[in-house]
Amino acid sequence: MASRCPGADLPEHPDRLWRTPDPKRAYDVVIVGAGGHGLATAFYLARNHGITNVAVLERGWLAGGNMARNTTIIRSNYLWDESAGLYEHALKLWEGLEAELDYPLLFSQRGVLNLAHSLQDVRDSVRRVNANKLNGVDAEWLDPEQAKEVCPILNISPDVRYPVLGATYQPRAGIAKHDHVAWGFARALDRMGVDLVQDCEVTGIDLVRDRVVGVRTSRGPIRAGKVALAAAGHTSVLADTLGLRLPLQSHPLQALVSELLEPVHPTVVMSNAVHVYVSQAHKGELVLGAGIDSYNGYGQRGSFHIIERQMSAAVELFPMFSRAHVLRTWAGIVDVTPDASAIVGPTPFTGLYVNCGWGTGGFKATPGVGWCFAHTIAHDEPHPLNAPFSLERFTTGALVDEHGAAAVAH
Amino acid sequence: MMLIPCPYCGPRDETEFHCGGQAHVNHPNDPHAVSDEEWADFLFFRANPKGVFAERWVHAAGCRRWFNVRRDTVTNDIQSSYRIAEPGTVNE
Ligand SMILES: Cc1cc2nc3c(=O)[nH]c(=O)nc-3n(C[C@H](O)[C@H](O)[C@H](O)COP(=O)(O)OP(=O)(O)OC[C@H]3O[C@@H](n4cnc5c(N)ncnc54)[C@H](O)[C@@H]3O)c2cc1C
Ligand SMILES: [Zn+2]
Repeated sequence: MASRCPGADLPEHPDRLWRTPDPKRAYDVVIVGAGGHGLATAFYLARNHGITNVAVLERGWLAGGNMARNTTIIRSNYLWDESAGLYEHALKLWEGLEAELDYPLLFSQRGVLNLAHSLQDVRDSVRRVNANKLNGVDAEWLDPEQAKEVCPILNISPDVRYPVLGATYQPRAGIAKHDHVAWGFARALDRMGVDLVQDCEVTGIDLVRDRVVGVRTSRGPIRAGKVALAAAGHTSVLADTLGLRLPLQSHPLQALVSELLEPVHPTVVMSNAVHVYVSQAHKGELVLGAGIDSYNGYGQRGSFHIIERQMSAAVELFPMFSRAHVLRTWAGIVDVTPDASAIVGPTPFTGLYVNCGWGTGGFKATPGVGWCFAHTIAHDEPHPLNAPFSLERFTTGALVDEHGAAAVAH
Repeated sequence: MMLIPCPYCGPRDETEFHCGGQAHVNHPNDPHAVSDEEWADFLFFRANPKGVFAERWVHAAGCRRWFNVRRDTVTNDIQSSYRIAEPGTVNE
């Protein structure tokens, strides 16, 4: 068989996928933020609930926020039932999304390894594998040799500072081409008559008593029957204009890519303990992510020492990376909650809904949360899958505590 | 890389410090008297401004003392640092 050049699977781009309309004066639903979540929500509002008099307002360019900046890892191997329910719903939708949108998303189920480096890591990982299986999520525990079979470039030598003691493996996990996901949704939305309005910053939310009636924007006021926030790291900025407090802290999160390499890395590898995660993009770049900066920030640039730490971890796990050059680094702003789980649901204001707090891991939820958030908006009550992710849980104490459990640190 | 002015040691590299989140958050005087909402507010809800933020830092790899910093969360410009006992400016 002829060898394939990396990137040969990348499709050609059509000239134009969506219109750039001016905003109308009123909509049934206004969604703030044209990231993956805002777009997916609009899509399922139209597809599942027949609501198409909708605008998605974006202050920058479509999907230029965290959607354009993330490392695109998709998996559903979460510990708690609530999270497994939501992320597995998303993964099942991912499996049919290319056909649904009739657009190439390069969804690649190449599997994910979550490494264990200490006895406690091993125990936590085996526990998570068992929890996953009970929830119908595919999961296996691999010893170091088996992990190396999945990922031959992985260094399983016992002579390193944090040796690999094994790994959990989710074969159905993988990556997708983030831009294509956004464009696929955008094209479908445009065809269904939804307005995607770029360069339109929402600066305030209009109320009559406790009911939402519209938004103020950099392009004038827009009336709305319902307003849904999907503004990721900037949700607090919008909520503050209403005096609505949310348990969110916004942090920079960085990623970086190498120059293009031949295919060397067949899967996704994540390590919580030494904190790096790596996959190889379709074109050939190694894509590396790490942890958030510890302090709050909106500057979309992270600290250099995070990169240093992440690189030293990567080079120990994959010695062959030591000769790869870094091509570019960047950061997004992610909003983190105290229990490391999202907030998706109604607010104390009638007609105002929030979808926020995804922290470092919301890309994988894109179709699943869009589905559930659309249901929440259409029916004025949460879908059973997002009901546990309410704002009230911080008062009732029914937290979905994925800190440490989620297979990645936040 | 930020240069953080420890009020005890002077300016040092950010890698010597840990950030402890919002400053001037007071534990309820009588925990039994507060409602669930007030208790949740104390435990989980913090200011998250895009702009100046009063926050706590500890000089973990230096004098190991806690102090407060007022920092712009967009530019990382540090406007002041002051000892814990000093009042400073509370987040709006
Ligand atoms: C470096 C990095 C790596 C990541 N890696 C992964 C990963 O591997 N897997 C994973 O599952 N997740 C990952 N994530 C997290 C994931 O990217 C986010 O959780 C997800 O993109 C959130 O979706 P969103 O649509 O809400 O956000 P965004 O794509 O950020 O969309 C929000 C949009 O709202 C807009 N907006 C904000 N304020 C306003 C306003 N006032 N008016 C109008 N528009 C506004 C923004 O411009 C933005 O386009 C990563 C994130 C980063 C930064
Ligand atoms: Zn000091």
